[in-house]
Formats: sequence, structure tokens, C-alpha cells
Amino acid sequence: MSEDKSKYLIDGIQGKWEVVIGLEVHAQVSSKSKLFSGSSTTFGGDPNTQVSLVDSAFPGMLPVINEYCIEQAVKTGLGINAQINSYSVFDRKNYFYADLPQGYQISQFKNPIVGEGEITLDLKTGTKNIGIERLHLEQDAGKSIHDLDPSNTFVDLNRSGIALMEIVSKPDLRSPDEVNAYVKKLRSIMRYLGTCDGNMQEGSLRADVNVSVRKEGDKKLGTRCEIKNVNSIKFMQMAIDHEARRQVELIESGESIVQETRLFDTKKNETRSMRSKEDAHDYRYFPDPDLLPLNLDKNLIEKIKKNLPELPDQKKERFIKDYSLSTYEANVLVSEKEVAAFFEEVIKTADKKLATNWIIGDLFASLNEKNISISESPIKAKEMVSLINSISSGLISGRAAKEVFEVMKDTGANPVKIIEEKGLKQKSDPKELEALIDKILEENKDKVSQYKSGKDKLFGFFVGQAMKVSGGTANPQLVNDILKNKLK
Amino acid sequence: MSIDKDKIKHTAKLARISLDENKIESLSKDLSNIFNFIEKLSKTNTGKVNPLTSILDQSLRTREDEVTDGGIRDKILENSPNKNEEFFIVPKVIE
Repeated sequence: MSEDKSKYLIDGIQGKWEVVIGLEVHAQVSSKSKLFSGSSTTFGGDPNTQVSLVDSAFPGMLPVINEYCIEQAVKTGLGINAQINSYSVFDRKNYFYADLPQGYQISQFKNPIVGEGEITLDLKTGTKNIGIERLHLEQDAGKSIHDLDPSNTFVDLNRSGIALMEIVSKPDLRSPDEVNAYVKKLRSIMRYLGTCDGNMQEGSLRADVNVSVRKEGDKKLGTRCEIKNVNSIKFMQMAIDHEARRQVELIESGESIVQETRLFDTKKNETRSMRSKEDAHDYRYFPDPDLLPLNLDKNLIEKIKKNLPELPDQKKERFIKDYSLSTYEANVLVSEKEVAAFFEEVIKTADKKLATNWIIGDLFASLNEKNISISESPIKAKEMVSLINSISSGLISGRAAKEVFEVMKDTGANPVKIIEEKGLKQKSDPKELEALIDKILEENKDKVSQYKSGKDKLFGFFVGQAMKVSGGTANPQLVNDILKNKLK
Repeated sequence: MSIDKDKIKHTAKLARISLDENKIESLSKDLSNIFNFIEKLSKTNTGKVNPLTSILDQSLRTREDEVTDGGIRDKILENSPNKNEEFFIVPKVIE
């Protein structure tokens, strides 16, 4: 038995195996035009309409780099606490594929624009730092479509040449859960910075996953396999789990792992070897003679540094300190930039504690249920404030608030109007409540005597009756006080 | 360093160049000569010199992030041996 239950280990015949994971995340730079050409990067355009002569590799065309993309790479580098290299070089990575018209991808090999960095994950077991090996700029390839024709592949070059940041982690990840936290954190940082929209459905964020296994306690890394181009966190987790088990089985049956590129089949939930990439590791990198080395101006780096927005970690610390939130609450509220903005807008004029609970609780539940983001929420900050203030001022009870929220989450309607229409205004007139309670006690004389002879639990029954008779509008605190008094 | 036949065949395959079997022998000789010359150069002590990527003493020219190109599908597809109105068409690539 493993001491630490949170540890992710694979049970083998020969004992427990640790899984070592490194990620190469490909993040699309949020630029309007491509890395080396002026074609549009807009998602979903008609096939081959966002392609220039550069992107389709016509002879004699020369790449000219997009300065905005350089700045976003630097910005992201600063956001992951990384070394910014004032000198970097663009190389040709040579391979042959139908959706790569140049016959090579312009990438950075020996001298990337960003060097080593680090990001901090908030895990259930505490925080863990994950090392970043490097970040470099490179071109995306085009898209091959295999299912439009039985004997041919169709090629759309709209994506060809779009700027990607490849962010390579050190092999510091140890479980699917850590991978989940890592990708989410990286995505969150880039969304705060505005350098990548992080839209995984549209392929703006994809990853190659490197997986190897070793006996628990071993220091030496095992032979790894690379699972190419996985485009959702869920699939990354499934692929890792499957691949790790496959490797353990192989090793335990006396075979060895062959370093290779594999593909995750989401339908069959298995990884398989990609034969087409057999020669893939023979990329014959060399500096692209069409491009001069990139010398970054120190002033530009300083300028970008000065204008960095508040990042998730800093915001979290501030939320804990200024708003007395728990670490958990702060983590949840800062994970998405838009959620943090919503929260801060609400607490400008509403109670912090109530706002925290309502946003993390009911609001998130309703958004999850509808599978929408906070920007698409029918309930805007203004209505949330109004609901919370109706509770704090005693206008409605917490219970009535839930009822109001049920209407709001579908219609986004003004809570004060809902309260009026549904007659949910809280009854806080002691005389009115006293009369109501007297009636209840009169009708339940038997229970009153039972209560008085020691059946304390019946107190809840009386409160429940008061709430029921009043249609949930009786002020619960007052009902409590009056009942206690009368049942003395 | 000698560049043997297998190495030449492999390199040709990577570059998708068709090779005349009869020429491999002479290619092997030529390339080996080139590599021998490079090896000679490699003996020079360059420990304190950074690799030179470009002989031009200039920095990379950049452009603004504006959409200035595209929308020329017909032109792009024109020279393709196989195409339809929207796509390049290539023999089935099976993964």
C-alpha cells in the first residue's frame, strides 16, 4: 500500500510504477495575421481563402515576421517567469507532408526566444512548481481532411503559417490530474495576458504528450513515447493513463519501450504507433537563410514587463489578503479572467461573503448545467448585486433568494421585479409573525406538549410550518426568536 | 567521414528526391569529399566564437500585425495537379 493516496501510481505485477510526463503545448498567438505573411488567422473561413503566396510556398516568396507575435512570445515568457533571450534564431525543421507546402516548418531550435521558466500549480495536496524548458515561435501546418473522399485527402492551407508558441515543460508532471492543473494554469496565464485565446475547441491550444514510466523510487527516466496533437484535457488524461499502462505491461513482460510517436484514438481509447512519422526525428534543422537572427531590444522587453497585467497568482494573493477569501475560493475565482472581473464588479457594491458563496455556488452550478461561460451568463453583475443586496437588507430570506435565482438564471430578469411578482418579500413584522405562529401552535397543541416534555427536535417542525404557511417569506431569524419565546 | 550508400538513399528519401542507382557510387564519393573538407574546418579551434547565423550585420525586419493578403484561392490552386473548387487534392494519407 502506498502511503500517500494522492500519488498516481500504476499497479504492476512487479510493484508500483511512477508515470513521468512532459508536455509540449502549442498555443496559437492571438494575432490578426500570420507569423510570416499578411493572411488572416480568423477561425472557420472558407477553405484556402486565407492563404497567401508565402503560406502556399510559391517559389521566390520571402517571409517577413509579424512584430506583434514576437511581443506576445516575450509577454508569455514573462508570464511564466522565464528567461527572455535577446538573441534568437529561426530554423527550418524539414519533413515531408501534404499540408506543409514549404517542405519545412519555420521554427526555433538551438536559440529559442524564451528560455527556462516555471509555473506554480495549486493541487489538492498543496502547490507544486513545474519547470518550463523553453518557449519558441513556429508556424502551424495546414489541415488535411481525410473523410471527404474515399481515395483522396483534401488540403486546406488556411492554418498554414499561423503563429504558434510551443511551450515545452520539463518532465515534472506525475499524473493526469497534474496535467489537468498545468494546462489550465498555462491557459489561464495566457488568457490573462491576452497572448492566446485558449480556445481548445478551435484548436488554439493543443499538446504533444511525452510519457514514460519507471519503478517507484527510481531516479533514471524511462524511454518515452510522444503522443501527438491531443486537443482536449480529457483526451490528454485518457491518453496518458492508457499509454502508461501499455508501457508497464510491455516492460513487465520482458520487452522494451521503443521511442516513437504515437497517436491517440479517441474512439477506441488507445494509442497506436504513427508509421508515417518513422523518419520524423530526422528533421535536419538548419538556420533559415531567409530570416536574420532576431535581436530583441532591451527597451522593448522592459516596456512589455512594465505593462504586464495582474496575473492569476498575484490576483489570488490579493483576493486572499484584501477580501479574506480562503485559498480554495480565491483559486476558483481567479482561474478565469472573466470570473475574477465579474466577482470584483459585484463586490464593489455588495457583501463579499455572500457574493463569494453565490458566485462559486449557485451561479457556477447554473453555468455548468448550461455549459456556458460567465460572459454568456444571462445574469449580469448588476442583477447579482441586486439579489445579494436584497438578502443583506433583509428584503428576502436566503430561501426566497434561491427561488428568485431560479428565475434569474434563465431570464436574467431583475431580482427586485421577481420578488414583487412572486410576493417573496420577507415578512419581518413581529406582530404579523406572532399571529401566524400563534395559529400554528394552536393547531398543533399535541406537538407543543410533546416539545415541552423534552422532544426538542420538534422545534424544527414549528419553524418549518411557519415557513410553509408564509410561503417561505417569513424572516427565519424572527420566527426562531418568537418561537423560542413562546415555547419557553 | 564517409557517406555510404545507405546514408545517401536515406537522405534522398527524406528529401523525396528520386535517385538513379548508377549515380549513387559517384554521389557517395562527392559527398564524402565535401564532408572531409568540413571535417578539416571543424579542427579549427572555435571554442570562444559564437556560431555565425548570418553574414549580414543587420537585424530582422518586422511588419505590423495587419491583414494585407489572402483571398486569392483560384490563384493558389491554379498550379495544383489535382484540385477542386476549394481544396488541393492529394493521394490519401492514412494515419
